[in-house]
Amino acid sequence: MTKKINLTLKVWRQKGAAHKGALETYSAQQISTDMSFLEMLDLVNEDLTLSGKEPIAFDHDCREGICGMCGAMVNGRAHGPEKGTTLCQLHMRHFSDGDTIMIEPWRAMAFKVVKDLVVDRSAFDKIIAAGGYVSVNTGGAPDANNIPVYAEDAELAMDAAQCIGCGACVASCPNASAMLFTSAKVSQLALLPQGKVEADKRVLSMLRCMDELGFGNCSNERECEAECPKEINITNIARMNRGFLKAALFSRHK
Amino acid sequence: MDWVKGTFGTSIGKKQLMAVTGLGFIGFLTGHLLGNLTIYLGPESFNSYAEHLHALGPLVNMAEVGLLLFATVHISTGLLLFYQNYKARPVKYVGKKWAGGRTIFSATMPYTGVLILVFLIIHLKTFHFVDHDNQTISQIASNVFSSVGYVVFYTLSMVVVAFHVKHGFWSAFQTFGANHVKYMPAIFVLSAICAVVAGIGFGFLPVVSRLVL
Ligand code: SF4
Ligand code: FES
Repeated sequence: MTKKINLTLKVWRQKGAAHKGALETYSAQQISTDMSFLEMLDLVNEDLTLSGKEPIAFDHDCREGICGMCGAMVNGRAHGPEKGTTLCQLHMRHFSDGDTIMIEPWRAMAFKVVKDLVVDRSAFDKIIAAGGYVSVNTGGAPDANNIPVYAEDAELAMDAAQCIGCGACVASCPNASAMLFTSAKVSQLALLPQGKVEADKRVLSMLRCMDELGFGNCSNERECEAECPKEINITNIARMNRGFLKAALFSRHK
Repeated sequence: MDWVKGTFGTSIGKKQLMAVTGLGFIGFLTGHLLGNLTIYLGPESFNSYAEHLHALGPLVNMAEVGLLLFATVHISTGLLLFYQNYKARPVKYVGKKWAGGRTIFSATMPYTGVLILVFLIIHLKTFHFVDHDNQTISQIASNVFSSVGYVVFYTLSMVVVAFHVKHGFWSAFQTFGANHVKYMPAIFVLSAICAVVAGIGFGFLPVVSRLVL
């Protein structure tokens, strides 16, 4: 049943990377429990705009959990307290009338705050550019199903490929490590015959790039796996660990 | 030599160093505990165990050098990781809640690690770097454990060791990439067993020493 609830928001406001930020308090009145979290923010922003104030900046695009743009810490949890959902898929029915909700941006050295809740996640793009692809020569399109792929491997690769690059793993990791993201991007290719060709070189360069960007070191805390909206598994991290060992100690690549 | 730095200097490389040396210590603890269990059989058995061990001569020295090397790597890498991970999030969250991945064991790793180092220094000072010519190991133990304060310190330290082992053991396997559908559940159980065995096995030694030696 649709209800209307009133909430108090404590939102991180920050003009830009060079500015100091702080929590500001707002009230969100008459919020329908059918709304998504982002729609609730839209409503608050409308009020702010009408009263001549700067609206809260937050990232979003698809609003159906597939693009990876949205995301913030809601009451200390990445994408809010629900399991396996992005912030845009979080509904207000999970909150009660009179609740106070604290909203903070992802925090990591490698993710600088651009404005309010918007952070710069271009570090992820750099990791992908370092090796998260397969090299394909141009020419005639190869036949589909030319290379046999074992169905279970394909499934595992697809599980890893579900990663939408939202950054919740980094945000929730006590060490701000990007291992879950990087390992998902390594695994989705390493599991398939087309990706195996460059697997050694890929894992070395993606890991070294990740380290250079200032992410922390994974210490197997498993917070990433618990908070990932796509429920990416830490077995991907294990796969990357052994892939790295194999590449670093036994391959030609330096 | 660049590739060596590009291997062991990376985040995964440092993890491997922690895992290899950490598992080495678990191996050492197993041997140490098995030997010390001779305390239960009385002073003669304990003394004769110590004599047999020292009769190995150069082997013991080699093991000591190995342990020192492992300790140096484990401690320095651990401290470096702690510092880097602290730096990786310069602005802390105002309110952060854990989602159920983190445990009290994993969250306290750096601190239990430092506490174990403190214990180790005191332990070596009271048992290793003492006069071994005019007193037997049983006499040393019964002297040291005659202080109630030391017994409490020792027992609490063993709880700390158990905490460290609980996360360290399974973590090492994950680090080697040995997270496997068939074996991981067993590794988790083994992790808990190792922690409890180390905690209880070593933790009761002072009390037993006071009763037996
Ligand atoms: S692994 Fe999960 S939490 Fe991390 S970026 Fe991908 S989808 Fe987001
Ligand atoms: S807006 Fe696209 S995943 Fe949330």
